[in-house]
Amino acid sequence: MTDNKVRIDYKIISALIPAGCSVLDLGCGDGELLRILSEKKFCKTQGIEISEKLVYVCVEKGLSVIHGDIDSGLSEYQTGSFDYVILNQSLQQVLHFEKVFDEALRVGRNVIIGIPNFAYWRGRFQIFFLGKTPVTSTLPYCWYESPNIRWLSISDFINFCNRKNAIIGAAFYINGVYTIKIFPNFFASSAIFLIKGKS
Amino acid sequence: MEEIVEKKYFVFAHPPDRLQLELGGQIGPVTIAYETYGKLNKKKNNAILILHALSGDAHAAGFHKGENKPGWWNDMIGPNKAFDTTRYFVICSNVLGGCKGSTGPSSINPETKKAYGSSFPLITIRDMVNCQKHLIDYLEIEKLLCVAGGSMGGMQVLAWMTDFPEKIKSAIPISTALHHSAQQIAFNEVGREAIMADPNWRNGNYYGYSIPSSGLAIARMIGHITYMSDISMTRKFGRMKYKNGSSKFHADFEVEKYLHYRGNSFVKRFDANSYLYITKAMDMFDALETQEKVNSLKKFKGDVLVIAFKSDWLYPPYQSKEIVKVCKQAGINVSYCEIESSYGHDAFLIEVEGQTLLIKNFLNRIYSGTEK
Repeated sequence: MTDNKVRIDYKIISALIPAGCSVLDLGCGDGELLRILSEKKFCKTQGIEISEKLVYVCVEKGLSVIHGDIDSGLSEYQTGSFDYVILNQSLQQVLHFEKVFDEALRVGRNVIIGIPNFAYWRGRFQIFFLGKTPVTSTLPYCWYESPNIRWLSISDFINFCNRKNAIIGAAFYINGVYTIKIFPNFFASSAIFLIKGKS
Repeated sequence: MEEIVEKKYFVFAHPPDRLQLELGGQIGPVTIAYETYGKLNKKKNNAILILHALSGDAHAAGFHKGENKPGWWNDMIGPNKAFDTTRYFVICSNVLGGCKGSTGPSSINPETKKAYGSSFPLITIRDMVNCQKHLIDYLEIEKLLCVAGGSMGGMQVLAWMTDFPEKIKSAIPISTALHHSAQQIAFNEVGREAIMADPNWRNGNYYGYSIPSSGLAIARMIGHITYMSDISMTRKFGRMKYKNGSSKFHADFEVEKYLHYRGNSFVKRFDANSYLYITKAMDMFDALETQEKVNSLKKFKGDVLVIAFKSDWLYPPYQSKEIVKVCKQAGINVSYCEIESSYGHDAFLIEVEGQTLLIKNFLNRIYSGTEK
C-alpha cells in the first residue's frame, strides 16, 4: 500500500505514536491501523473487536486481537499497561461512555480518541433545512441502522474533557482528506484528540 | 489426511526410576502411545503437540491400516489444514491413565502380572503433561512450536503453560477452563456414580470378568447430552419417534436411541476405570491453584490463542474469557475468538472453518518469527 492511500486518520494517529510503543486499539475493526503500527512503527499491539468476521481478518494480518466489546474487558488491564490506547471512531458506539473514557485513561499513559462531529455543517444543513437526521461521510448511517448511540460534537467533547480535567495534548480536525484549523466545530467532519492523562 | 499412520510406543520410568506423581506415589514403567504426522525439520523447531479430550486418544489424524475411520481431529490435521503437516511436525499421545495404549488402570502391573484396576494411583492433568514432556525429551525436541487441544486437551495446554513455560512458543486452549465449575464436577460425578453402582464394577477389579458396561454406557449418555446444545439436539432429533416395542419404557424417541447407541459403542472402546481416573483428574485440575503457578505463568513469553464457542454450555465462553484475563494479567500476548456455533461443546470437533482460519494464521505468525 502506498502512503497516500492510507486513511488520513491513520496517518495522523501513527504520526502521534513513537516507534516501539505498546498500543491497545479499542474497536480495532479490520486491524489496518494496528498493522501499520506494528509493521512500520514496530509497536507491540493489541486489539479488541466485537465482530467475529473482523477478528478473523485481524488474525490473518498476524495481529493479537480479543473478540469482545469495549464496555467490558478494560478493567482486566493493569494501570498504565499501554503507552497508547486508541479509541478511533468507536467511543460514540459505547454504552458507558464516561466509564470507558476513564478506563482508557487509566490503562493507557496516553489516549488517542477519534470522533465524528455531529455539528459538521452538512449535518446542520440537513437538520435545519431538510428536517432530517443527518447522514454524512463520517456519520454514514440512517437513523434506523446506526450503531452510534452517542451524538456528540467537537465542542461537546472538548467541554467533556475540560469537565474531566483531561489534558488535550493535541487536536486534529479533519474534513475529507484534509486537516483544517478554522471553526472546526462547523467545518470538520471528524476530529482526533491526543489526551495526555488527567491534571 | 489420507495417509496410513501407525501408533508408536515410548516406555520410560523403568524401576527404580519410577515416575513421581503429583498427588504422591510412583509408577513405572510407563508406556505412552503416540502418533506423529509430518516431518520434524533440521532445527527441530516445527513440532506441535496436540492434546486430546476425555475420550480421545493418540490417533488424531490419518488412517490406521485396514480401517476406514480417520483420527478424531483429521479435519484439522493434515496437508494444508489448520495444523499443516507439510510445514509442521504434529505429535499426539494418549494420556497417562488412558486405555488406548498408554499406561492406565487396565494395563498390567509388572509386579503383580495383573491389571492395576483400583490399585492404580490417582493421576492428575499435570502428571499427563509430565509424561508428554518425557516424550518430547525423548524425541529430542528442545522447544515446542505450539501445544493445542480442546476440552481436557485445553486443560493440558494450560498445564504446559504453567509447568513448562519455557518449553513452548505458543499455546491454543480451546473450549476449556482454568478449573471445573460445580456444574462440571456434578456431571462428572453422576457419570462416576453410574459406573460404580454397576455390580460388574467390583470395586474396579473387573478385569477377567464382565465389564461394568451399563454403568459406563450411562456415564457416556450423560456426557453426550452435555456435549450437545438444546438447538443442536432439536435440529438433529426434534421429537422424532422410534419404535422397538420391547418394554413399557423402551426408547420412544430418536434421541433416546441415539444416546443408547453412543453409550453402547463407547463401552466397546473405553475402559470404565479410565473414565473414573480421568474425570477425577479433570475435576481436581486448577491451572492457577497456587501462587507458584501464577508466577510460573509469567515466565511464559509466547503467544496464546483462546477459542470458545457460543453455544457451549459445558465449557461456557466466560471460562475462556477467564483464561484471556489471566493471560492479560501475566502480560502474555493473547488473542481470543468466540465462534458462532450451535453445536455446543462438540463444536471444537465440528466447526472446522473458523478454527482453521484462526489457527492457520496464528501458527503462521509464530512460525515465521522462528529461525528456520
